[in-house]
Amino acid sequence: MVNITASITELEELARRCRIEIVKMVHRAQAGHPGGSLSEIDLIAALYSTSLRVRPDEPDWEDRDRFILSKGHASPGMYALLAEKGFIQHSDLHSYRVLGGVCQGHVDMKWCPGVDFSAGSLGMGLSFGMGCALAARIEGSERRAFVMLGDGEIQEGSIWEAAMAAAHHELGNLKVILDRNRIQNDDFCLEQMRMFDIPAKWRAFGWNVMEIDGHDMNEIVEGIKFLDTSNDAPSILIAHTIKGKGVSYMEDNPSFHGAAPNDEQFALAMQELGAVE
Amino acid sequence: MTRMAATRDGYGQALLELAENEKVVVLEADLGKSTKSLHFRKAHPERTISCGIGEQNMLLVAAGMASSGYIPFASTFAIFTERAFEQMRNGVARPNLAVHLCGSHGGTHTGTDGSSAQSIEDLAIYRTLPNVTVLHPCDDVSTRLLTKQLASSKNPSYMRTARNKTPVLYDDADPKAIQIGKGITLRQGDDVAIIACGVLVSEALKAADSLQEKGIGATVIDMHTIKPLDVGLVDEVASRCGAIVTAEDHSIIGGLGGAVAEHLSASSRTPLERVGVQDRFGESGQADEMLELMELSSPHIVKAALRAIDRK
Repeated sequence: MVNITASITELEELARRCRIEIVKMVHRAQAGHPGGSLSEIDLIAALYSTSLRVRPDEPDWEDRDRFILSKGHASPGMYALLAEKGFIQHSDLHSYRVLGGVCQGHVDMKWCPGVDFSAGSLGMGLSFGMGCALAARIEGSERRAFVMLGDGEIQEGSIWEAAMAAAHHELGNLKVILDRNRIQNDDFCLEQMRMFDIPAKWRAFGWNVMEIDGHDMNEIVEGIKFLDTSNDAPSILIAHTIKGKGVSYMEDNPSFHGAAPNDEQFALAMQELGAVE
Repeated sequence: MTRMAATRDGYGQALLELAENEKVVVLEADLGKSTKSLHFRKAHPERTISCGIGEQNMLLVAAGMASSGYIPFASTFAIFTERAFEQMRNGVARPNLAVHLCGSHGGTHTGTDGSSAQSIEDLAIYRTLPNVTVLHPCDDVSTRLLTKQLASSKNPSYMRTARNKTPVLYDDADPKAIQIGKGITLRQGDDVAIIACGVLVSEALKAADSLQEKGIGATVIDMHTIKPLDVGLVDEVASRCGAIVTAEDHSIIGGLGGAVAEHLSASSRTPLERVGVQDRFGESGQADEMLELMELSSPHIVKAALRAIDRK
């Protein structure tokens, strides 16, 4: 295990800077997905800072851990983090949803350094991560595959094909973080598709399961330590989050799954996030 | 006596021969006994991934392995590959990951399992995907050789194999003559060209024999690669023969006939007649009965040739 340390305060500050960039990106593009980016960002920031073995100056390093953003619409969160970590330039963030830009609408491995999976269609990343984990094992490598799933996404049947297969193959090097923000495109998940006992489902499929508050950085760090500990079973960290976290009018608001703030709303968000304009 | 064999056996043999490359891995969705990947599984269980009855997962596990430097061959029945079409589109073709998907038991020729098992649209749907090579070889020898070539391809592929035996054409052929993207001229004639793939190649040869009896010279081409289409060869026979027939155990919409029609419409006025499944589903029947019912057998190819010649 690489010894990567970052203080809780530093992690929180990193996530705050990313939140500012997320809202800026979506505002500039007047399109995109702020809600799920803001709910996932504390988790991604902590993962990259405390556990993930990657090289920003060598993004294609063969033995890197893989990070697969399966909920690929929440790309602004990942792009902001990749810029903070030096995989891309902050100026690249201006290319979000712009013709020819490295920051395509959904994360794309062919366009953006540091992106390991071309996402955009839900329910696909877990299978892809399973393939990466299998490849690592066959090769005898210690590298791991981390997959970020959305909670609405696990309504896709293919997720459960992958969940069953990963446990069958005893892929202890496959790690999932579930962004349980309780909102999907049209409405609250409860209204669209009740999912009942999500942790019990994963346990029943043979997974190690831990639940945390996905915005409490101390709990997140503990959760990532749980993922870092491997046995013969794949592991899932179920992170209870708030969609739109950090921007008052976006929080827990299904309208901001896939909508951009107007100029007035943008100014308020910058104020709330402590951005220096 | 002509040797008879099923193309799926050529696929299974090729996987076994490819195993010396340690990067080759095989993925199954329960049907290894049928697709013939089972030989690889027996010899190399550590590089064979059972995905259970879960085709969508299988395609993307393969994609993840390809992104990690492996050369995955994933197979199931042709019809069941189709439920993972979007995975093939978004997870394989779009990032251009060299996953090799094999759909066995394709076409109405697959027989008595009935219409639910008879994929007649696979070539069409995979042909629409950028980056994807589409193959439908006609015998076990060419299937083996083409499958082995795929292992060094930088692009993903879809190959249809057939369940039932057909005449082996290439036992004595020079292996170098069988190359991805290059149609093979099996018979030379100047009055009409029959461009066929898969199980209809041997029917096309029978049709050429019948035409010869009528004094009509037919060129017969095994167009085992549907994409990229050997347009140079199509152009050559179009100008030399002046009439073309396509023949495939596949819908007349979008397959080999569609590909040739698309090309000809932009380059020539050569009359084209397409032999294929007439926009309908099949039913349970023996392979030869299905070719008759679907109007794909050699007499129907002969009729199409005469129509094409009439239109010159």
